[in-house]
Amino acid sequence: MTVRKPILELRDFRVERGGTEVLRIPSFSLNENETVALIGPNGTGKSTFLLSLACLLKPADGELLFRGETVRMGSGATDFRRKLAMVFQDPLLFDATVFDNVAAGLKIRRLPATVIRERVTSCMERFRIAHLADRSARKLSGGEAQRTSLARAFATRPEVILLDEPFVALDPPTRQTLTDDLEQILRESGTAAIMTTHDQVEALRLADRLVVMHQGSIVQTGTPSTVMGQPANEFVATFVGMENVFTGTVAEAGNGLLALKVADRTMELPGDGAPGERVVLCIHPEHVVVTPTSPDRTSARNVFSGSVTKIVSLGLFNKVYMDCGFTLVATVTNQSLSQLALTPGCQVYASFKATAVHLFRKG
Amino acid sequence: MNRARNIVSLFTALVALFCVAMAQPAAAAQKNLILATTTSTQDSGLLDVLIPLFEKESGYFVKTIAVGSGQAMTMGKKGEADVLLVHSPDAEKKFMAEAAGSSRRLVMHNDFIVVGPTSDPARIKGTKSSAEVFKKIAQAGTLFLSRGDNSGTHAKEKGLWKVAGIGPDGQKWYQQTGLGMGQTLNVAAEKKGYTLTDRATYLALRKTLGLEILAEGDPQLLNIYHVIEVNPAKWPKVNTAGAKAFADFMVSKKTQEVIAKFGVDKYGSPLFFPDAGKKPESLGL
Amino acid sequence: MELILDGFVQAWHLLVSLDREVLSVVLLSLKVSGLATLISLVIGTLGGTAVALTDFPGKRLIVSVVNTSMGLPPVVVGLFVTIMLWRNGPLSAWDILYTPTAMVIAQTIIATPIVMGISIAAIQNLPANLRLQILALGASRSQMVWLLVKEARLPLLAGIMAGFGGVISEVGASIMVGGNIKGYTRVLTTATVMETSRGNFDTAIALGIILLALCFAVNYLLTVVQQRERPR
Repeated sequence: MTVRKPILELRDFRVERGGTEVLRIPSFSLNENETVALIGPNGTGKSTFLLSLACLLKPADGELLFRGETVRMGSGATDFRRKLAMVFQDPLLFDATVFDNVAAGLKIRRLPATVIRERVTSCMERFRIAHLADRSARKLSGGEAQRTSLARAFATRPEVILLDEPFVALDPPTRQTLTDDLEQILRESGTAAIMTTHDQVEALRLADRLVVMHQGSIVQTGTPSTVMGQPANEFVATFVGMENVFTGTVAEAGNGLLALKVADRTMELPGDGAPGERVVLCIHPEHVVVTPTSPDRTSARNVFSGSVTKIVSLGLFNKVYMDCGFTLVATVTNQSLSQLALTPGCQVYASFKATAVHLFRKG
Repeated sequence: MNRARNIVSLFTALVALFCVAMAQPAAAAQKNLILATTTSTQDSGLLDVLIPLFEKESGYFVKTIAVGSGQAMTMGKKGEADVLLVHSPDAEKKFMAEAAGSSRRLVMHNDFIVVGPTSDPARIKGTKSSAEVFKKIAQAGTLFLSRGDNSGTHAKEKGLWKVAGIGPDGQKWYQQTGLGMGQTLNVAAEKKGYTLTDRATYLALRKTLGLEILAEGDPQLLNIYHVIEVNPAKWPKVNTAGAKAFADFMVSKKTQEVIAKFGVDKYGSPLFFPDAGKKPESLGL
Repeated sequence: MELILDGFVQAWHLLVSLDREVLSVVLLSLKVSGLATLISLVIGTLGGTAVALTDFPGKRLIVSVVNTSMGLPPVVVGLFVTIMLWRNGPLSAWDILYTPTAMVIAQTIIATPIVMGISIAAIQNLPANLRLQILALGASRSQMVWLLVKEARLPLLAGIMAGFGGVISEVGASIMVGGNIKGYTRVLTTATVMETSRGNFDTAIALGIILLALCFAVNYLLTVVQQRERPR
């Protein structure tokens, strides 16, 4: 990966609301050409983070830098904001035609009418809303409205685009096509982007880098595969969808191997620790394999017998819940489900590779 | 945004236009004269005839504020009016005694009458003495409507109750409207009650009322108008010259003739009787 | 009933014959109330927007005061303005009691809270994030205020209608500060009251009908603007 220059940075940034701290970012940077997805539960400060980056919030402390230069609140902030664009969850269109909406940012910049017409027209085409140009913004579907909002943002040719859960209010098919279009436009334009979402699929599709937030702070930053595969802590693990989270105790340790007691079962994992230490284990359901008979026992695998307690269909695949002394969840395709003839109550063996387990010390 | 700009410029143009339009009448400011008078002079239409004559003759611009005699005299006392045309003799005497006015001249009179429904439930018709009339109304307990607004008419009415030796306040048959003469007459007609009114207002309204004159002629019932110049010694802002000009105009021979003729063509009889130069005693005061 | 029909007939006659006195009364009503509405529009919209967009201690109090003042009784305003403008009152130097200017002032005091209250509500009813969205589009503060006012233009127009309707039909303040002086401060409402008191019910009804027609015409005009402003 080439080294990218930071375009937006926060340093020692803190935001307070009513005396309590709602955001604390010791350091963050968004780089040129990069798409960052900000994930985390609701109310964790994602929107506050974006507003801070747009200089729309007065911090209690810290500074915002654009291409290395400090951005100050006040009139300087307007010049800074003219280099970026922001799209909110709600399209927030003006009570005017689609054309006038897309043109709004350009009119604010007092560009000549011919330039506005040309840019708006091309931008509406890119977002496939050219046929709606004369339609009232009040008479658009949710998808059309959000396309208009995105077109309005891109029409100003921003250097950075901030997207605050732009697709959350849309139905899944609309969301799908709009995500596709946005991905293409971001790739083509090379605009640096940061978006908040709690849809992991969306985050994985669009983002070069994930930033996980919890209670006003960044808890992990990394490529999608790093964050999904090596969550930094129990919170990230749960949040990125590791449904199998157990607490255990170290029974034996040595030679880079640990024997862990979980309920009354024992697991073997690579790692260091001291006997009696309490740890948390996380396993993605995708990494749990279900077989009707015991697979060949190897050192790399942990195998547990158990019975199926529940099967939840999720369309193309299923979640199979098993009681192995502790509850273990596995993802099983429809095809496998019928081949294995899994039904609640039947006896199975569940296994996973030792390397699929993520271990955290319990603080 | 162009349309919005057009709206703004349209509004600006309108504001400018209005300002120009409003500026015109203010030019005559120093020739302003405030006349505080009773509603009866305005409601009868007499002032609509007299004021233009005076304005044409003198060049003053008269601001006629038609209120009750009580309020008119309060305005005089506070120096908020230059000249008064009122009909509340006792209050006027007090007004002069307080040196609130510099001159008080008799202008004209009309008379008060007691009107009521044709059926005349208290049987007052033909009774000469007004004290007797009021006693009968009180005895019969039939509805009587009072202006209750401290106007000259109201003051007159209270005086008549006093002469009759009756305290009507709080009686079930005694109601105060708090309205002007014309409206009080309307209420009396509507509720089929008695009321005391000046003849001018009654004659002007007669066609729509259905009330009949049931008592008249007692000297007690005379409604005497004086013109009072507000004392400039007390209120330097008073337009003394204007007040004097107006008072002189009201007692002039020409004006007195106009007063004598006013209403004859419309009602068959005059509404006011010119009295300039007479002694009040000649009217039985 | 007959009286009302007569009133219609006479209203028609007065209008068709372009009766000079009636015409001057109608024009003065329009001038005074129109100007008062325009002034209150400027003060009310700017003030309302400022209050709606800024946070300051005592904001709730201000909003409550404005909302209460939306129903200011005209006579109370009239009394207050009269006392201020008296020859011996604090503003005697203006020398404007019993002039159309005094009526404009009183009516402006009546209409401003109406326009302002509706402006505050209109701006506050806009989506909370719209302000941020407009700023994020690169708007300066004044551009943001203008865009917000533009966005709230429909309720603001309703505010103008309410303000104008309130003052043109108001009688208490006009009669107190104007004095109902013939040909000078006599407006439709004060003339109607006087004609009623004179017992000229047909004329009073005719004036009332003209007043209603005037209100209707102005509101119709504003409604047309309001509806046309909506894009397809």
